[in-house]
Amino acid sequence: MSLLKTTVSAAALAALAAGSAAARDNVQVAGSSTVLPYASIVAELFGDNTDFPTPVIESGGSSSGLKRFCEGVGENTIDVANASRAIREKEIKACAENGVTDIIEVRIGYDGIVFASQQSGPAFTAFEPTDIFNAIGAQILKDGEIVTNPHNTWSEFNSDLPDAEIAMFIPGTKHGTREVFEEKVLLIGCEETGAMKAMMDGGMSEDDAEDACLDVRTDGKSVDIDGDYTETLARIDANTNGIGVFGLAFYENNTDKLKVATMSGVTPSTETIASGEYPVSRPLFFYVKKAHIGVIPGLKEYAGFFIADEIAGPKGPLANYGLVSDPELADVQATVANEKVIGGGS
Amino acid sequence: MTDVTPNAGGNRAGNSLATQDARTKRRNRAEARFKAYGLTAILVGIFFLVVLAVSIIRSGSPAFTRTVVDVEFALSQAQINEAEEQLFKTAAYAAFFTDALKRQIDESGMEVAVDEDAIERIIGKPGSTIREFFQANPDRIGTPVTFELAASSRVDGYFNGRVTRESMQDSRFLMAGDLDLVDALAEAGVIRSSINWTFITGADSGVDNPGAAGIGASVVGSFFMMLVVLVLSLPIGVAASIYLEEFAPRNRFTDLIEVNISNLAAVPSIVFGILGLAIFIQFAHLPQSAPLVGGLVLTLMTLPTIIISTRASLRAVPPSIRDAALGVGASKMQSVFHHVLPLAMPGILTGTIIGLAQALGETAPLLLIGMVGFVARGYPDGIVSGFMDPNSAMPAQIYTWAARADASFYEKAWGGIIVLLVFLLTMNIIAIILRRRFERRW
Repeated sequence: MSLLKTTVSAAALAALAAGSAAARDNVQVAGSSTVLPYASIVAELFGDNTDFPTPVIESGGSSSGLKRFCEGVGENTIDVANASRAIREKEIKACAENGVTDIIEVRIGYDGIVFASQQSGPAFTAFEPTDIFNAIGAQILKDGEIVTNPHNTWSEFNSDLPDAEIAMFIPGTKHGTREVFEEKVLLIGCEETGAMKAMMDGGMSEDDAEDACLDVRTDGKSVDIDGDYTETLARIDANTNGIGVFGLAFYENNTDKLKVATMSGVTPSTETIASGEYPVSRPLFFYVKKAHIGVIPGLKEYAGFFIADEIAGPKGPLANYGLVSDPELADVQATVANEKVIGGGS
Repeated sequence: MTDVTPNAGGNRAGNSLATQDARTKRRNRAEARFKAYGLTAILVGIFFLVVLAVSIIRSGSPAFTRTVVDVEFALSQAQINEAEEQLFKTAAYAAFFTDALKRQIDESGMEVAVDEDAIERIIGKPGSTIREFFQANPDRIGTPVTFELAASSRVDGYFNGRVTRESMQDSRFLMAGDLDLVDALAEAGVIRSSINWTFITGADSGVDNPGAAGIGASVVGSFFMMLVVLVLSLPIGVAASIYLEEFAPRNRFTDLIEVNISNLAAVPSIVFGILGLAIFIQFAHLPQSAPLVGGLVLTLMTLPTIIISTRASLRAVPPSIRDAALGVGASKMQSVFHHVLPLAMPGILTGTIIGLAQALGETAPLLLIGMVGFVARGYPDGIVSGFMDPNSAMPAQIYTWAARADASFYEKAWGGIIVLLVFLLTMNIIAIILRRRFERRW
């Protein structure tokens, strides 16, 4: 009896599997959790406004998205990778090795990275890159010497800052946000404090010194958050002294719980980011597999819809949610229309 | 043990049975203490259960109500044609709606400042609801239709107490002045709270549109997954355990299988997800994000649980039953299927339902096969599309909502937990009913 049932169900399964050989009819996207909210807005509107089915958007971080993107060409691979940083040379190489050669890069706009703390916590209102570096760098410059970071409170190195325990929650290494944080805050802080010069004087090569600048202390004062911003928010909620690194849109959605600090004297807002005054911002991208255009229905339409003026423009729903729209949107639209791939050609 | 040694060296004489001696008192006290410990343990358990239930219901109940705006308005064929010509059609519909609401407020003579931006901040995203309605009912074009449309998440929060005038800060999502308009509209009965059927029946929505988000589609996804798990793991699991328990010879090989089954039961569920990705999607080319693949992965995860509990309940059937059956001339197979299996059925069903309940709450293996994320396909068209089309599952949907910036989605995540618990409770009740029906005493 059981044997019969097993055979029947196995046969049914095989039949279902055979049926699945038909083409996938929806666009499959994965990647950056920073781009995910924007992509989900676009996906919903795309499903509502066109006859194509709503695309499926997965999260997981820029690096893991690009890794899956580069796994190969075919229906069982994703069509689009979202990324909060540009694709790296070695990722393009990995892609090419698996046959993913023609990649269209689409820049959707800019996003600011803000430093925020509990609304009722200590007065963290103004930071410089040097403060962040002094707080969480693994090796810092103190009294002209490179030492392992001895700081416990913010006021130890900057008397303008509150006398509160250092507790920073920064994005984990699989997030694209981490790279921007390292490049535009830690590295700048390292250079400005003179730590980098001191390291190089101490016999390090420039590359080694840069790497050393990006090392973050591991004694628990700085915590890597591998999850989403909601996890950072929960950690801040539980820690009065906590300072979290958030995307601008996330902060704007939670102004009742968070207060934001200025960076180098500039308050983060869509205006200051668009004008380039606010220093910690980065472009957001998605990458399209050209080989899938024409195979997966709606792929090119999805890409075109995403960056249309009505959607990604300054008055569109993405800007309303917190995306800083790209001043050169027309160029991006042309890239998509002409299917221009990375590395020239069309 | 000292308890059994009869009063060595004690003076039993003179002691009456009616009065307790010191040792009896001590033993009675130990028993009373043990009872108290047990009771405390149960009370602590109940306390945590109550705290959990209250916090879930309190955080989740706002998800089941929503704030709606009632507006009666008509669209002409010309307006619809105009909207359909655009790329962003739903925005055009929303603009017509905003105009109509503004006119309605102006005509009602309310003494409150109204501008179109304020209306856009108060109402959610009405465009797709309106477009869908007129596409489904083309005969209603040109006649006045009353729409019940979801208000924006901040206005919804104002109605259920999440947003207060004190805590809110002016932003492009809501200004303090808008609340005056909301109050005036609420007094006029245009804005009111109602039961949120969309939450129970709908599919996921974009992060800027919490009013349209619902868990219904993912309940269907979970249902199809459970169907796959049940149809595959019950027969395979029961067949495997009957063979191992009743027929298989005891040797190194079957020992090895046994050890492996026990080991598999303890493997973290994410490992099954990796396996599923490699075998079902990359090798067998099954579609991504499909409940069929989710069900297959969860079947792998559930099988060891079912096999272990089935074997335990087969072993619990007294050997006398088998011996009696064999004694009156039944074959080995007859004794198993006519006598042992029916007696073991209640235990097998309990094990299966526990396995299914575990599978129902699992998110980690689904992460890798594309069922966690933004999956808003809506309801499947039929049985095959139910198995093959992208869909989410309840725990995956809850996880996704909990990660969103808008606090309104956080409420929805808690609401989703309530729905998940109701689903689990239903499954357990079915298990109890089945167990009662199959139970046999001897």
